[in-house]
Amino acid sequence: MTPPKITALSMVRALNEALRSALDEDPKVLVMGEDVGRLGGVFRVTDGLQKDFGEDRVTDTPLAESGIVGTAIGLALRGYRPIVEIQFDGFTFPAFNQIVTQLAKLHARSEGVLRLPVVIRIPYGGGVGAIEHHSESPEAYFAHTAGLRVVTPSTPEDAFWMLRQAISTDDPVIFFEPKRRYWEKARADLSSPPAALHAARVVRPGRDLTLVAYGPMVGLCVEAAEAAVAEGRDLEVLDLRSLSPIDFDAVQASLERTRRMVVVHEAPVFFGAGAEVAARITERCFYHLEAPVLRVGGYHSPYPASRMEHEYLPTVDRVLDAVDRALSY
Amino acid sequence: MSTDVADAAGGEGGAPVRAHEPELVQLLTPEGERVDHPAYAIDLTPAELRSLYRDMALTRRFDGEAVALQRQGELALWVSALGQEAAQIGSARATRRTDYVFPSYREHGVAWCRGVDPLSLMSMYRGVTNGGWDPHATNFHLYTIVIGPVALHATGYAMGVAKDGADMAVMCYFGEGGSSQGDLSEAFNFAAVNNAPVVFFCQNNQWSISTPYEKQSRVPVYQRAAGFGFPGVRVDGNDVLAVMAVTRAALDHARGHNGPVLVEALTYRMGAHATSDDPTRYRLAEETAVWERKDPIARLRTYLERQSLAGADFFAHVDAEADALAARVRDGLRSMPDPGPTEFFDHVYAGQHALVDEERAQFEAYLSTFEETTR
Ligand SMILES: Cc1ncc(C[n+]2csc(CCOP(=O)(O)OP(=O)(O)O)c2C)c(N)n1
Ligand SMILES: [Mg+2]
Repeated sequence: MTPPKITALSMVRALNEALRSALDEDPKVLVMGEDVGRLGGVFRVTDGLQKDFGEDRVTDTPLAESGIVGTAIGLALRGYRPIVEIQFDGFTFPAFNQIVTQLAKLHARSEGVLRLPVVIRIPYGGGVGAIEHHSESPEAYFAHTAGLRVVTPSTPEDAFWMLRQAISTDDPVIFFEPKRRYWEKARADLSSPPAALHAARVVRPGRDLTLVAYGPMVGLCVEAAEAAVAEGRDLEVLDLRSLSPIDFDAVQASLERTRRMVVVHEAPVFFGAGAEVAARITERCFYHLEAPVLRVGGYHSPYPASRMEHEYLPTVDRVLDAVDRALSY
Repeated sequence: MSTDVADAAGGEGGAPVRAHEPELVQLLTPEGERVDHPAYAIDLTPAELRSLYRDMALTRRFDGEAVALQRQGELALWVSALGQEAAQIGSARATRRTDYVFPSYREHGVAWCRGVDPLSLMSMYRGVTNGGWDPHATNFHLYTIVIGPVALHATGYAMGVAKDGADMAVMCYFGEGGSSQGDLSEAFNFAAVNNAPVVFFCQNNQWSISTPYEKQSRVPVYQRAAGFGFPGVRVDGNDVLAVMAVTRAALDHARGHNGPVLVEALTYRMGAHATSDDPTRYRLAEETAVWERKDPIARLRTYLERQSLAGADFFAHVDAEADALAARVRDGLRSMPDPGPTEFFDHVYAGQHALVDEERAQFEAYLSTFEETTR
């Protein structure tokens, strides 16, 4: 039952293993959400968990996201550690009130007395040809809200360890899962965590410019960096992994090495995570910058119908276009 | 007969059958026998009966064609209405042109009756648009994927109708899973408090993806209405005559300034939740087989044949029409053009917006550099 320590597995499987081990180790851990039981979730992340841990621990809820998160808060107040699955990014919003006005604020309101160890798992992002509300990147709303920790893995190994770390955190964690990377297999070391939950990581070292990304865009930035080699450019790729907090020391260290930076995310650029990175970096290390921090992301439009999503989403070409502009300063 | 349907509702899925199953309005038994109901009568001409059959048969055909086209990669997704044709055609045919209809995302039969082209429905599931038709043209609102909000829109629309003193009613479709959303309870309450002319029409197809109704609620959907202070009624959703009779009465009630009505049509989702779903993971084939014997189309056909209201030539004609419709849908979908690369900027706001203008200009400039390099 315990997985081999080093193995090749998909992110779906890695998340499943993380949930399984958490359920196994702590009787207070619960999994709840729409269709997470018998079906194993629409993405099969919770596959087999109800069979092995029972309906009492792994529960199919009524179709009501506010109800799911609201009762998870109550369960947490009672000493449980609920892990909530929101079926798709766009269905987080019926629960927005519970998350923003209650989950995020109860610890502060109680002057530190109450703990809310709730993890909200949200499959997010586009590129999968889905219908409306199934491809969104709403991370900025949550990162903007004090009291929530916001993280997003980009690899199966990170998915496993970051979910384990999130579950053992005493604060609420919004856990964004890049659904377009769900089925990609990669080698994962499940014997020891590669990094702290909120640490950024250099995925690919480089000298000429840093591509900052997280979640679904890390892979795209690595592709872009590899394509840039042909043009004699050596790009660094930094995976933020966490959006609240952001590991600005790591971002700054990278910028001081490369002096140029492009931030890439699927979410709209306007008021997005890239704006925060650009502003902080400008404040922290203005004199190291050879060019303004540029951003590549979604546009100021509702997420378009899927036959237009490849225009809307960042591509290798759009990333390289920004790299060109940053290097031409 | 009525308990037969109700028993099957809770039986096969492994959930307990409730001690007191509520009454179910039925006018046509699964065997195709006409029965009377003390409160709901319907008197249709043979031509009307045949047209109900035709609408159901054509809906089933284009719906099945869409499933096939999704498999061929022509659609991103399709949510089949298979098995729910009577609930949809019966209720839609009870509406007047002037009534306004709010669907969820599976009401292809309702759309058909309102005059929305199946290709318009498919343009959304193809990923060409998030809408697909002009709601004003048919008084059939856009499909909405997020479950819950629409019930409040329908209620608000009906409140507006009441303020205007207009002679019309509003229909609001939702699934039994959707009944769990807080928005539905709020809508019931707002509609009751405002005496709004809205009919809440729940297709209880027993399943919300993999979740059976027993996990959504402890009471039948229609009974909720009583708690909010308006009438609720449960109808055999596979009986097109009963659905039509009950919905007509409900719409008349609403149009007559008597406030909302909740109709629960007990039916069954014969297919997968959507083309991405595999129902063998969570429900038994035996349960589906039980509902196959209650098929809404076969039931009406038996009645039409036994009563000599339609002959072989009629059914052959409908089959030919269905073939032609399927062919038109296939060809139309395969030749449906993709949207232009900047179309998503077109309708973000009704008015001008500086940020949209700026981003569009930047994106167009970016695209044009491509054209130059390939030239
Ligand atoms: C707010 C929201 N949460 C989750 C979903 C995902 N989802 C799509 S359909 C569905 C089940 C709906 O069941 P029901 O209301 O019974 O309608 P049916 O699909 O059976 O027609 C779910 C959970 C959604 N569309 N909207
Ligand atoms: Mg349903």
